[in-house]
Amino acid sequence: MLQYLALAAILFAIGIFGVLTRRNAIGILMSLELMFNAVNINLVTFNKFIGPDNLVGQIFAIFVIVIAAAEAVVGLAIVLLLYRNWQGIDIGNINIMKW
Amino acid sequence: MLENAYLIPIYPLLAFVIIIFATRWKEKLSSAISIAAILVAVIHSIFVMIAVIGRHGVPFELSVPFIEHPLISLETGIFIDPLTAVMLLVVTIVSGCVQIYSLGYMHGDPRWSRYFSYLSLFTFSMLGLVVANNFFMIFIFWELVGLTSYLLIGFWFEKDSASDAGKKAFITTRIGDLGFIIGILLLATYAGTLNYQEVFTKVADGAVPVGVLTMIGIFIFCGAVGKSAQFPLHVWLPDAMEGPTPVSALIHAATMVAAGVYLVARSMTLFVGSAEAAMTVAVIGLITSFMAASIALVQNDIKRVLAYSTVSQLGYMIMALGLYGFDVAKDPHSHSVGYFAGTFHLMTHAFFKALLFLGAGSVIHAVHTNDIQEMGGLSKKMKITSLTFFIASLSIAGIFPLSGFWSKDEIVAATLGHPVFMFFTLLIAFITAFYMFRLCFLTFTGKPRNQERFDHAHESPKTMTMPLMFLAFLSVFAGWVGMPWLSHGFSSFVYTGELQHHGPNYIVMLVSTIVAVSGIGLAYTVYFKKKISADVLMEKFKPLYTLLLNKYYFDEIYDKVIIKPLLAFTRMMWWSDANIIDGLVNFVGWFTIKWADAKMLFDKYIIDGAVNGAGTVCMAASWLFKYVQNGSVQFYTLVVITSAVGVIIYKVTPEGFVYYFIGVVVVALARFLMKMNRPEEGNVETEPEG
Amino acid sequence: MDFPVLSYLIFIPLIGAVFLLFLPKDKFGLIRWTSAFFSFVPMVLSFWLTYDYFFNFSQTADFYYMEGPLSWISLLNANYFLGVDGISVPMLFLTGLLSFISIVASFNIAVRVKEYFIFFLLLETGMMGVFCALDFFLFYVFWEVMLVPMYFLIGIWGGPRKEYAAIKFFLYTLFGSIFMLVAILVLYFSSDPHTLNILELIQTAPGFLTHGLQLFCFVFFFIAFAIKVPVWPFHTWLPDAHVQAPTAVSVILAGVLLKMGTYGMLRISWPMLPEATRYFAIPIAILGLIGIIYGALVSMAQTDLKKLVAYSSVSHMGYCMLSLGAFSSVTAITGCMFQMVSHGLITGALFLLVGVLYDRAHTREIAAFGGLGAKLPIYTGLMVLFSMASLGLPGMSGFVSEFMVFIGAFGSGIPHFQLITALAVLGVVLTAGYMLRMVQRMLLGEFNKEKWGGLTEINTRELIIVSPLALLTIAIGFFPAPLSDLMEATITNLVQLMAR
Repeated sequence: MLQYLALAAILFAIGIFGVLTRRNAIGILMSLELMFNAVNINLVTFNKFIGPDNLVGQIFAIFVIVIAAAEAVVGLAIVLLLYRNWQGIDIGNINIMKW
Repeated sequence: MLENAYLIPIYPLLAFVIIIFATRWKEKLSSAISIAAILVAVIHSIFVMIAVIGRHGVPFELSVPFIEHPLISLETGIFIDPLTAVMLLVVTIVSGCVQIYSLGYMHGDPRWSRYFSYLSLFTFSMLGLVVANNFFMIFIFWELVGLTSYLLIGFWFEKDSASDAGKKAFITTRIGDLGFIIGILLLATYAGTLNYQEVFTKVADGAVPVGVLTMIGIFIFCGAVGKSAQFPLHVWLPDAMEGPTPVSALIHAATMVAAGVYLVARSMTLFVGSAEAAMTVAVIGLITSFMAASIALVQNDIKRVLAYSTVSQLGYMIMALGLYGFDVAKDPHSHSVGYFAGTFHLMTHAFFKALLFLGAGSVIHAVHTNDIQEMGGLSKKMKITSLTFFIASLSIAGIFPLSGFWSKDEIVAATLGHPVFMFFTLLIAFITAFYMFRLCFLTFTGKPRNQERFDHAHESPKTMTMPLMFLAFLSVFAGWVGMPWLSHGFSSFVYTGELQHHGPNYIVMLVSTIVAVSGIGLAYTVYFKKKISADVLMEKFKPLYTLLLNKYYFDEIYDKVIIKPLLAFTRMMWWSDANIIDGLVNFVGWFTIKWADAKMLFDKYIIDGAVNGAGTVCMAASWLFKYVQNGSVQFYTLVVITSAVGVIIYKVTPEGFVYYFIGVVVVALARFLMKMNRPEEGNVETEPEG
Repeated sequence: MDFPVLSYLIFIPLIGAVFLLFLPKDKFGLIRWTSAFFSFVPMVLSFWLTYDYFFNFSQTADFYYMEGPLSWISLLNANYFLGVDGISVPMLFLTGLLSFISIVASFNIAVRVKEYFIFFLLLETGMMGVFCALDFFLFYVFWEVMLVPMYFLIGIWGGPRKEYAAIKFFLYTLFGSIFMLVAILVLYFSSDPHTLNILELIQTAPGFLTHGLQLFCFVFFFIAFAIKVPVWPFHTWLPDAHVQAPTAVSVILAGVLLKMGTYGMLRISWPMLPEATRYFAIPIAILGLIGIIYGALVSMAQTDLKKLVAYSSVSHMGYCMLSLGAFSSVTAITGCMFQMVSHGLITGALFLLVGVLYDRAHTREIAAFGGLGAKLPIYTGLMVLFSMASLGLPGMSGFVSEFMVFIGAFGSGIPHFQLITALAVLGVVLTAGYMLRMVQRMLLGEFNKEKWGGLTEINTRELIIVSPLALLTIAIGFFPAPLSDLMEATITNLVQLMAR
């Protein structure tokens, strides 16, 4: 079980690192996908080792996948709009929401 | 006719109303209405006279309530006794003559209708004053005659002197009325009524304390002093000569100024009740009479001479009445003739003084000047005027058998027993004879002193000479009703009922005639024969002459002592009102505002300061914290994750969290400072394009 | 009473004001005639009220046309309670008449016409209400309601120093009202059960108030009312307000607002606090005396015609105070009422006439005129008529009232009143002095043709609004008995109340 969890943690850490450091918006989205997947691994792992009789963990993992797909759609749509408006998707330039 | 005697004042009132509201634009009609009304009143008065004679002195009274109150009931009504009847006749006859005379005198005046309406209003007021049955009503009409006098003196109001004179007359007489009001108030309070008969009954019964009675008497006499131009309120009458001459004749010689005398005669019971009040009246009368006569000696304005003569004659009457009151107060069975003398002289004087004024008006009409030094020799051109003027002068001088003789004779008789009064009375008689004939001789005889004016002179039209002749007739014969030989003549007539007939006093007659003749004689030598030069006399008595010419400086003294200080005082009051009282109010306002300002400062810096302080702190904090909000999603994420990690660390090892926290803050500050050093780098705040 | 005439009197002008809100603001003619209509109706009602009261109810001293008490604010026991007696009926008559006349007189207002008439009608509501209210709360409300429109009427349509005058008027009166409020509260909390009913308090207040409290309440009421009268030395707002206010507002100010002070005294403080009235009788009469003489003297020094008339008000209201001091005399109190009515008529008319001249000449300096009698005979006639009425010439209402005041005060039997009255008579001469000086300097003398050749005679509208005042002045002067009968029972009753 430890191995699964370590995998999930490493995956998650890679995702965080990606989100924090990538300047490319698509890169950030991809890193987010990594983090989703890390969570999914966690969910499935805990389901398998703690309560194998019910399938809540798996169901949730599927949920997350669906949400992640939807999220990816929305995120990509935003990125597309960003690109149209700023002729680039460098996240560092998109700070018009600041004070 | 007695029952509807109240109509007598109503006729002229109707005329006034009709003229003012209806016929003002039709001049001839207006004057016709006015004269018709007064003629009806004359006829009615004659009937009233006959009826009163028929009643043998029993007075007639009729009244309706005006306002009723527990304290006092005021009423309007008429009271007709012989004195009233006489006054009615005098007023209506003189008024009639004057109105007819005015047809000629006022010819071509632009305010013709208004003039006649005022005359009617005056006649109404005067008749109302005469028939009134109580002190309230007499006061009403008393004021109304004052008003009409004001309007008529100022009739030619474009002249400043005329409007000044009107104002002066009104205010001066009002000062007298002040006393009159107080007298009425005292009467109302102490007698509880203002009706003549009730008041007199109460006074006769001794219901009013003597001290109060003296006050009442003196206060009511104040009214008479004002109206009859007695010392010290005589100053208005000579100035009142600014009015049209017929007005002077009617109001300021024959009727209105006699109202004061009438008032004293009417309220004689009050003076009989108080010897002090009566003596005051007599002394004031004497002072006035002498003072005015002496001023009349040197005046050169024909109307002013007559005006001072009027004042003097009124003083005579007042004095006679006062002496009567004094004598009777001292001795109820006294045989003083003063009452009879005063009222009798009132009647005869009305006729001959009206005649003198109308004659003077006729002269003025002819030569267009009032200055007798510019006249002379007019008898050649104005036969009727000069003849009637001489008759009137003889009458006022007291020459047998003209009416003035009889009445003046009685006044002299009234002073029997008071040597000082007698001496002055005779002296005044002498002066009167002198100045009247000085006037006559200077005006009508000798050579014309102003040829140009003389050439223009002409006899006045018939409308003016007819009244002159009628009044001349009365000046001769009116006095005959009071001849001492008549046992039922005027003397017993005015003493209601009680027969008080006195035999003739031949010594008095003789003395007064001698005095009058010598006065005329002196005037004759000086001004007709010119045996003694008037100029030499003038030089000889220079200081006295100046004093008299300036009328004892009364006007100047009043101006300096009363009017100027009063006006200065009013201005001072106004100043103090605007600056002290209002200043106080404004100071309170100012102080409130300043106080409010002070409070506002407190508010601004302390209370509001606290509020603002809170705001400022927030501002400062937000200035700091805004850098957190830098718009970078990644930074937000970093914060979230850092915090999440922090929470986890705290859960596991609280001590470790401190190090973690310090580490995070240090890194954050370092980042922050770096960012501060290159602030705008990487910011894209341009507007999106496309 | 099935026909609530008093409520109609009070609220018809208010309805009119609301109605005016919906009219377009540039149709001046419509606005003018509408407001004239809405003040005409109350005038007719007030005439009818006077007529009906005179013939049917004036024999007794009770209140009539009672409306209420309807519970209004039950927590305070404040009620909607109206009623009139012999002293409020003449005031309502005067208010109705003068309001209509003033509204017609302000037809020449050309700026912000709609607001002007709205404020005017609101003012009328307040005035009517004060004279009808029999509940302290209601009385106080109406008393204050009056202030606001007055403030705007002076402050917007006034002369050059209008803001100053309006603020002064407002603050001064408000200052007084506060004192009244305190006195009302004292009465309210002293009574048991707490009541604001004026009639009830008149009956019971002398019983439950201690001597000290009576004096306290009296002084507080007196300050409130004295400012309104105005009694010397509280009078300085008056000349400012009068001079700055537009003509019609001056008329209302002199004709009705000043009467509220004396009305308040007669309605409230005198009968309610008889002990204090007796205590303060002489000081009050002395204040009246000072007012008479002082007002007259200051009038004499004026160069501004309107200010002269304003100060003459101080003098004339002094007669009211003098007679109010003589509380024990029916004649004096009747004289006071007469003086209130006649001052309303005469001074109102004088202000109208001043306004007529000001509209044409644009100046009120007395010295600027002279000899107008030759050019404007009708105007001069009216001016002389009212000057004479003002100086108390017999045959006009001023004389009757002054005479009754004098007789009543003189014969009241209170110590020192004879002396005070005798001194007050001096006012008659002073009044004659300043009025005649004014007449002489303005109307008589040389006419300045170049300067005033273009002056036009008083026009028909102005003549129509002045003539009823002239007629009433003369009618009361000749036949005062009806007016006196109207009030006699009430005043007799009042005097008895004060004698408790």
